[in-house]
Amino acid sequence: MQTEWRSQLSRQWRKEASAYGFIAPYAVLFAIFIAIPVLAAFLLSFTFFDSIQPPQFNGLLNYIVLLTQDDIFMRYVLPNTIQFAVLVGPGGYVLAFLLAWMLAQLPRTPRTIFALILYSPSMTGGVAMAVVWQTLFSGDQNGYLNSFLLSLNLIQAPIQWLQSPEYLMTIMIIVTLWSSMGVGFLAMLAGMLDINPELYEAGALDGVSSRWQEIIYITIPSMKPQMLFGAVMAIVGAFQAGTIGVALSGSNPTPQYAGQLIVNHIEDYGFLRYEMGYAAAVSVVLLLMVLLFNRLANRLFRED
Amino acid sequence: MRRKRWLSYSLRDSGMNPRGFHPSQIKFYLVLVPLAAFMLLPIVFIFSHAFKPPEELFAYPPRFFVVRPTLKNFTDLFARISTSEVPVSRYLFNSVLVTLLTVLASVGVGSTAAFALSKKRFRLKNTLFAINTVALMFVPVAVTIPRFLIIQQLGLLNTFWVHILPALAMPVGLFLLKQFMDALPNEMIEAAQIDGASDLQIYWHIILPLTRPALATIAILAFQASWNNVDTSAMYINDEQLKTFAFYLSSLTSTTAGANLVAGQGMAAAASLIVFLPNLIIFILLQSQVMSTMSHSGLK
Repeated sequence: MQTEWRSQLSRQWRKEASAYGFIAPYAVLFAIFIAIPVLAAFLLSFTFFDSIQPPQFNGLLNYIVLLTQDDIFMRYVLPNTIQFAVLVGPGGYVLAFLLAWMLAQLPRTPRTIFALILYSPSMTGGVAMAVVWQTLFSGDQNGYLNSFLLSLNLIQAPIQWLQSPEYLMTIMIIVTLWSSMGVGFLAMLAGMLDINPELYEAGALDGVSSRWQEIIYITIPSMKPQMLFGAVMAIVGAFQAGTIGVALSGSNPTPQYAGQLIVNHIEDYGFLRYEMGYAAAVSVVLLLMVLLFNRLANRLFRED
Repeated sequence: MRRKRWLSYSLRDSGMNPRGFHPSQIKFYLVLVPLAAFMLLPIVFIFSHAFKPPEELFAYPPRFFVVRPTLKNFTDLFARISTSEVPVSRYLFNSVLVTLLTVLASVGVGSTAAFALSKKRFRLKNTLFAINTVALMFVPVAVTIPRFLIIQQLGLLNTFWVHILPALAMPVGLFLLKQFMDALPNEMIEAAQIDGASDLQIYWHIILPLTRPALATIAILAFQASWNNVDTSAMYINDEQLKTFAFYLSSLTSTTAGANLVAGQGMAAAASLIVFLPNLIIFILLQSQVMSTMSHSGLK
């Protein structure tokens, strides 16, 4: 009995072995560079760790300090992150949807050209191109934006765009939106083009009369899976783009913490102050924020 | 899956995916043309700036477009030895090699895993795919520190491999590949199995050729992630000989402050163009493949 059971198990194992073989390289790399780091961040967040001595358990202290004593986090980092994430995430997402909707109503050739133009900034992203932005927004009268505005008499003196707290955040948001028409945008465009045209006819019969009603009752419900994929990409993109402020202003912390986002706060504590346990707690808060946004997107677009 | 679009003009035109020009499209052009021009500005600027001679780079008032184009910035860039005596060609060589290996390996690792998840039966299949779907929302910068510690523990710090290995497991890539493979008919695989083909033969001779659009898409995503990557060189590499071109570009403006500002700006523009151009060319070549992959991108 037992030998039979064993031989059956080994037969099944042999049958499945090849499948596990195919997935093993990915699974191992996934575990090492994605799963374990997330788990480690969670564990380290309950410790004091300066990267020299082994981590010491200190319970919820990091979180308590974060919520009650980290003035910079509460006054600058958290509001900045929420402002940036909301404008770049949902803002960029709505923009991507509207652009895809307009493109879907153009013939193939102009559509391809526009899609290429809108997508191309996302190829390199804002950070790699920081050099270009630094030239355009250069703070002396030789800066391109300054010179342009001066010549129109819109400003009287050159503005230190990237060093002044009142402008840095706006520029960060513009630069990130500029480069945010990425994979999610393409997915929504493709999804929209795949909607069965007969649905629109059926809708017209049922009394759908305006373009707006068409979007709400036909377009969005027919491409929910792509809407959800686009939303996840938009959320990840918004949080992933967090290093742009440091790249633009050239310093961490950013001038008067004006462009300080949660990602910069993590690097500030982790790599500049070597308070790795504390930085891990901030990481966990960031991951929870991403999760929260995704729950919202799921609630909106999940099909069931 | 292709629908008969010529049937759809009878009752009410949705305006979606039209075959030709129609006056109703004018309003979209009115929005899209200015917007596209605005979005194109920084890219046009890269092209224009890279070919400016020094007097134009530092002209007052500054001019957006180049008047007398020159290759001087490029020759300067390649003649320059960085502060730590590494020639620029070395950074470029590193970038090319790293990107090439990352693209090949991530396509290999992703497509084998997607094959197993899409076409094989095994117990952990659904669990593993669910984990990968959750990982779509993975934000790498969030776990910079534990990642650093793990890379340190594995002895990968300051090695060539740290450019490649962490970039290979791409949840989005696996997701898109698996969705694409799900749409391939199973009959062909079953027929091959009856003929005695091994899994490896099926993967190589049937799956890979049929998945080409998705493979091209993953290749583009891996290319962009690797070619434009600044963080790896900045965080995990001390040896200047092992750093990449994108990192060198990001360091150009900070190291050339002061007297060398004019030359530095021109070289930075030339370097930006070198970083940007391959992205553009590859995407133009493969864009139709990308769009057909994106049709399968839905998250259910």
